[in-house]
Amino acid sequence: MRVGLFVPCYVDAFHPEVGQATLELLERFGCDVDYPFDQTCCGQPMTNTGCHKESKATEELFVRNFKDFDYIVGPSGSCVNHVRNNFDAVEQTDEVKHVREHTYELVEFLHDVLKVDAFPWAEFPHKVTLHNNCNALRGLNIASMTELREKKFSKPRDLLSKVKGLELVDITRPDECCGFGGTFSVFEEATSARMGQDKARDQAKSGAEYVTSSDSSCMMHQEGCARRLGLPTKYIHIAQILNGARA
Amino acid sequence: MSIENQAAPTTPAGRTGDGAPANLTHGAGASVTMPPRGPEPQPRGAIIRGNHPIDQQEAARRFMAAPQHLAMHDQRLWDLRQKRDKQKDTIEEWEDLRQLASDIKTHTLTHLDTYLEQFERNAKANGVIVHWAKDADEHNRIAVDILKSKNAKRLIKSKSMLTEECGFREYAGDQGIDVVETDLGERIQQLDDEAPSHVVVPAVHKLRTDVAEVFARTLGSDPNDSDVSYLTEQQREHTRPLILTADAGMTGCNFAVAETGSVVVCTNEGNADLSANTTGLHIVSMGIEKIIPNLNSLAVFVRMLSRSALGSPITQYTSHFRGPRRGAEMHIIIVDNGRTDRLGLEKFWTSLKCIRCGACMNTCPVFRRSGGLSYGATYAGPIGLIIDPTFNRHKYSTLPFSSTMNGSCTNVCPVKINIHEQIADWRQVLAENHEIPAFKKSMMKAAGALLASPRLYRASLPMADSALRHIPRFMLYNRMNTWTRGREMPSVPKETFHQWFKRTRGKDGKKKS
Repeated sequence: MRVGLFVPCYVDAFHPEVGQATLELLERFGCDVDYPFDQTCCGQPMTNTGCHKESKATEELFVRNFKDFDYIVGPSGSCVNHVRNNFDAVEQTDEVKHVREHTYELVEFLHDVLKVDAFPWAEFPHKVTLHNNCNALRGLNIASMTELREKKFSKPRDLLSKVKGLELVDITRPDECCGFGGTFSVFEEATSARMGQDKARDQAKSGAEYVTSSDSSCMMHQEGCARRLGLPTKYIHIAQILNGARA
Repeated sequence: MSIENQAAPTTPAGRTGDGAPANLTHGAGASVTMPPRGPEPQPRGAIIRGNHPIDQQEAARRFMAAPQHLAMHDQRLWDLRQKRDKQKDTIEEWEDLRQLASDIKTHTLTHLDTYLEQFERNAKANGVIVHWAKDADEHNRIAVDILKSKNAKRLIKSKSMLTEECGFREYAGDQGIDVVETDLGERIQQLDDEAPSHVVVPAVHKLRTDVAEVFARTLGSDPNDSDVSYLTEQQREHTRPLILTADAGMTGCNFAVAETGSVVVCTNEGNADLSANTTGLHIVSMGIEKIIPNLNSLAVFVRMLSRSALGSPITQYTSHFRGPRRGAEMHIIIVDNGRTDRLGLEKFWTSLKCIRCGACMNTCPVFRRSGGLSYGATYAGPIGLIIDPTFNRHKYSTLPFSSTMNGSCTNVCPVKINIHEQIADWRQVLAENHEIPAFKKSMMKAAGALLASPRLYRASLPMADSALRHIPRFMLYNRMNTWTRGREMPSVPKETFHQWFKRTRGKDGKKKS
């Protein structure tokens, strides 16, 4: 199985350890992983701002980089959701369709495609609370949503439950958006920061030592808010926990 | 609308600080932090500058700078959302009902002509006088003409978003007609000369102390008494006589049933009945999208409306107005005001399915933190973001950006409007029609060029040994670093993933042993 490793721009720049954990994790499960050197971004920042034409070339580049893989896997629900559900600026060729259909967020890839049942190397004896990115949740459906009347499920929880010693705790508003919202975080800075601070307070109140998520973007924002408020909560990507990070 | 559940301010004037004796707050040696003097003033809504695009963020910032208001507003609306969730859990077929409600709306909106004509026929047969208005002006003129023909001087009316949309109260006032709102929340807003901030709970952004201030100013009540019973009683004493001596009544319309020709109004205060039945003249303002085929379909909506809105199984009153009482007159004004144009918008026509429950507002984290008046438009919150630009694309061009597009609004919508997707679609329409600020557009152009070029992209990334350990330009987009106003910057790692991979794996990508 040839897997193209998709490392979103902010993971590349700020959280290389998340890309490393994703790569190692996929290799542990026998995937033939390659990292296309010419990758940049998925185009979401422009599309999110309404500028579809401006994201066309970036989307085309993405397709050129990843068209030859069986699967494309990235540690970010938000970017994967963009590729799968909003990749509309490019002409919908067979290659584009292939890329859209075979791009997976790491958790769903482990859960649905590899159907992983154990992480023998993983041990994380800490209280952890889970944050689901809104796109991962409502776009990729990695877990049931509190707004809908549906059977409860959570792919990231399923995976985390296989980690020795890890104790999951809940916050009071689990599905509430943290306010990152891509370019929203910059253009509508005040509301964004307030939402992030509220989220960080909720997380700290839960007694969790760590927040984990399959999205670094939300956590980058939340961590920035937590630091500003002087809260002790630590933030770690789910790929790192599943790959056996100790703390 | 009820003000009973509103949280009391946490630091009202006069409450003593930590541990100090009550009589010694000002005394020597009582070194405590004094609570703010007097109640926190109510933050006001967006500043309207003619046709200039609304600065929602500016108004939101002021709202968030009022901690008591912010905390109350967020908590109160979040409570409604939670109650809504509980109600949803009691109904096994909830998701089927949403689909059914959405399908009924699709059907009626695609057969509007048939159902509206059927409705008109049946309403006329019931003795109702039916009028058609193509826009707000015509609606206002028709209503005032009816009132003048009856020599009506005072009109009592129940809450109606359509009349807000039409600016009816102002128009009628200019024509010498005294309009008295009979919904408590709406009455508070009227007395304060402020628009409703929410489609269901119009004064939800106000603390009790704000209401006390408004009533003191307009009704002469005690400004320092914010007791709920006192305030309610003051209002009642003042408004009841106005209601009982009114000349005409007006209501909105939640649902217009084609097969019976009746209009259905849902209230919790019974004030629609009061407005419709106190006088000999009842005028109904009804948008064309309110039409539904029959009573069976009404049953679907009645099950969803209050559960979605307030988390109660049903409104206290679901009043069916079928025709005039004996000796009385009933008029229905069927209003378009841009709706048929909206129906023609391929991506946005389903916004006409909205039943004005406000569930999207209650769940919206941006709305809860900025208050409905920050949107500076008749319709606030998620549904407002996709409806307002149809009224004025320029003035409301900024609103679709006041969202994280998290999708919770879509999930709670009882008629399954894909609100967050339409917000994204509006952004595209606005960007393509030069309705986003030029700096934003040029940033996106630059970002697009940068991200389409691996070489430029690599060159833009921060170097760990660089003196400027800052967020890369492609993420920041501008020189003013807004990120750090409320957050810390992420720290910059020693090397990017790309560099790490190159160093440890080499260009062939294979592990170096």
